[in-house]
Amino acid sequence: MSTATLPQARPATFATALRDFSSPVVNFFRENRLFTAGVVLLLLLFLFGFIGTMFSIPKGSDMGAVPLNQAPSAKYPLGTDGLGRDMFSVMVIGIPATFKIGFLAGAVGVTIGAIIGLLTGYYRGPVDTFFSSFADVMLVIPALAVLITVSAYVRVVTVELMAVIVGLLAWPLSARVIRSQTLSLRERLFVQVARLSGENDFEIITRQILPNLTAYLAAAFVGAVSGGILAAVGLEVLGLGPQNVPTIGRTLFYAFKYTALFKGMWWWWGPPVVTLAIIFTGLFWISLSLDKYANPRLKGSSGG
Amino acid sequence: MRGMDLEYFVRRIGMFFLVIFVAATINFFVPRLAPGNPIGAITSRMANASSGIENGKEMFDAYRTRFGLDQPLYIQYARYMWNTLHLDFGQSLAAYPADVSDIILPAIGWSMGLIGVSVLFTFGFGITIGALLAWKGTPGLVRAVLPITMIGGVLPYYLLGMLLLYIFAFTTKLLPISGAYDTGTPLAFNWQTTVGVFRHALLPALSIVLTSIGGFALTMRGLMVNTIGEDYMLLADAKGLPKRRILWWYAVRNAIPPQLTHLAIALGYVVSGAILVEIVFSYPGLGYQLWQSIVNSDYTVIQAITLVLAASVGLSVLVIDLIYPRLDPRVTYVGERSG
Repeated sequence: MSTATLPQARPATFATALRDFSSPVVNFFRENRLFTAGVVLLLLLFLFGFIGTMFSIPKGSDMGAVPLNQAPSAKYPLGTDGLGRDMFSVMVIGIPATFKIGFLAGAVGVTIGAIIGLLTGYYRGPVDTFFSSFADVMLVIPALAVLITVSAYVRVVTVELMAVIVGLLAWPLSARVIRSQTLSLRERLFVQVARLSGENDFEIITRQILPNLTAYLAAAFVGAVSGGILAAVGLEVLGLGPQNVPTIGRTLFYAFKYTALFKGMWWWWGPPVVTLAIIFTGLFWISLSLDKYANPRLKGSSGG
Repeated sequence: MRGMDLEYFVRRIGMFFLVIFVAATINFFVPRLAPGNPIGAITSRMANASSGIENGKEMFDAYRTRFGLDQPLYIQYARYMWNTLHLDFGQSLAAYPADVSDIILPAIGWSMGLIGVSVLFTFGFGITIGALLAWKGTPGLVRAVLPITMIGGVLPYYLLGMLLLYIFAFTTKLLPISGAYDTGTPLAFNWQTTVGVFRHALLPALSIVLTSIGGFALTMRGLMVNTIGEDYMLLADAKGLPKRRILWWYAVRNAIPPQLTHLAIALGYVVSGAILVEIVFSYPGLGYQLWQSIVNSDYTVIQAITLVLAASVGLSVLVIDLIYPRLDPRVTYVGERSG
C-alpha cells in the first residue's frame, strides 16, 4: 500500500498554516485599500508615540523641565511650551494616552450597546420598550453636556476613569443599530431552523445572530472610538480631563490658556491639531470602508 | 393632524418630557453621588467666606436650610423637580444674588442664532453635495471637486475653529477674534450692528458647517442611491422628463425626509460641538457661559445650562418628528404600536 495514492495532507508547516489562516485577512486588506490606509495611518501614529519614548528627554513632559517658549530646534524637535515642557515628550506620552481613551471608551460603549441591543431585539417586550425609550432619550441629550456636568463634579484623575465615563455614554447609538439588525435577523429562516433543532436562546444569540452582526459591530466600534476620542479631547480642552497625564486635549487647553495662538507659538498648538487630524482621518477612512459592509446597497454607487 | 393619531402625538410629547425628566434627574444626582460632596463643600465655603468668624456653625446651618440641604434626599429631589418645572433655576453661586435665568437668557439667544443658522446651512449644503455625488448625471469635474468639501469633517469642530481663528482673525485680521458684536457701539437694529454681528458669527458658524457637512452628504448619498433604484425614477425617465427635474423633484424630494431623521440624531452632536466652538471664539452663548461657570464652580448655572441644552435639542427633535408625516406622506403613525 502506498501512501502516494491517498490524498495526502500537506505537511502542516508554520508557513502554510499562516498562509491558510491569513489569506482571507490579507485579501480583505488588499480589497479594502481605504481600510488598510486608515489602519496604517493609525498604526504609524501609535508607533511614533511608542518609539518616540526612547528618544524623548526623560521627564521632559514635566513642567519646568526645559527652558520656556523655545522654537523647534535640534535639541527640542517640536520646541517647548510656555510651561517649560518639551513638546516632543508631551506628544509621545499624549498620543498613546489618546488612543487608550478612545479604544477603552469604544470597547465599553460597544460592549454595553451590543448586549442591550441583542437582548432587547431578541426578546422584545416591555424591557425592549424601556431600553429603547431610554436609548432614544440619551441620544437626544447632548452627551458632552452630561460629560461636562459629570467631570465638573468628579474631577477626573486618571485616563482610565475618563475612558469609562465617556464609554458609559456611548452605548445608545450601537444599541440602536444592533437592536434593529437583531429584530430582522431573529425572523430569518436559519434562526428558526436553529430554534427547531433545539438550540437555546443563548446559543442562538451568540452562534447564529452575533456572527452576522460583525460588520455592524465593527462599524459601531469605530464610531464609538471616534466619538470617544472626540468627547474626551473636548473635555480635556475644557480643562476637565485627567490631571496626571499630558494628554493631547490638555496641551490644547494650556495653549489656549496661555494664548499660544496669539504669541505665534505654532509649535505649541500645531502638533496636537495635526495629531487629531491624523487620528480622525484614519478613523474616517476605516468607517467609510466598513460602511460598504454594513450598508450593502452603497456598493453600486460610484463617486465619493 | 394628517399622518398621525392622538396616541402617537401624546406618546411623542411624553417622550419630550421624559428627556427633560432624565436630564434633570442626572443633574440632580450627579453632584450628590460625586465623591467629596461638592454641595457640602460649597455651602461650607460660602459660610466661611461670609463669616469666617464666630457663629460659623450657625451660618453653615443657615445656608443648609436656605438651600434646603437639611431635608431628606427625596424631598430635595421633589423640590428640585418642582422648581425646574417652573423654570426656577435658583440663584447663581458665583454672582450670588443674581438669578440664574437672568444669566443664561441672553446666552440662549446667541446660541440659538449661531446653531440655527449653522444647521440650516449644513443641511442645505449637505443635501446638495450628497445628491450630486449619487447622481449619475453629475459632471465629472463637479464630482471630483465635491469631496473636498468633506475634508473639514475629519477635524473636530473646535480644531477647525482654532485654525480659522488663526488664519482669518489672527494672521490676516480680516475678521474679529472674539465676542458676538462690536463693542463700543450700542446694540441696535441698524446696518452697522447687523454687519458686526454677522462678522462675529461668520467664523464660528463656518467651523460648525464645514465640519458637519461631510456626515450629512454621506447619508444623503446613501439615501439617494436607494431612491434612484426605485421604479418611479425609471418611469419619470421613460416619460422623458428633464433630467434636472427628475433629480430635484423626484430623487432629492423623496430622499430628504429620511435625512431629517439623521438631522434629529445629529442635532445633539452639533450642539455638543457648538459648545466648544463658542469657547474657542469666546462667543457669548450657552457653551461659553458653561465654561465660565465651570471655571467659577458656579454649579447652579452649570445645572441650568445642561438642562436647557437637553431641553432645546429635545424640543427640536419633537418638532422634526411632528412635521415629519406632513413632509413624507409615505409615513403614517396611525395605529402604530411601540417598537
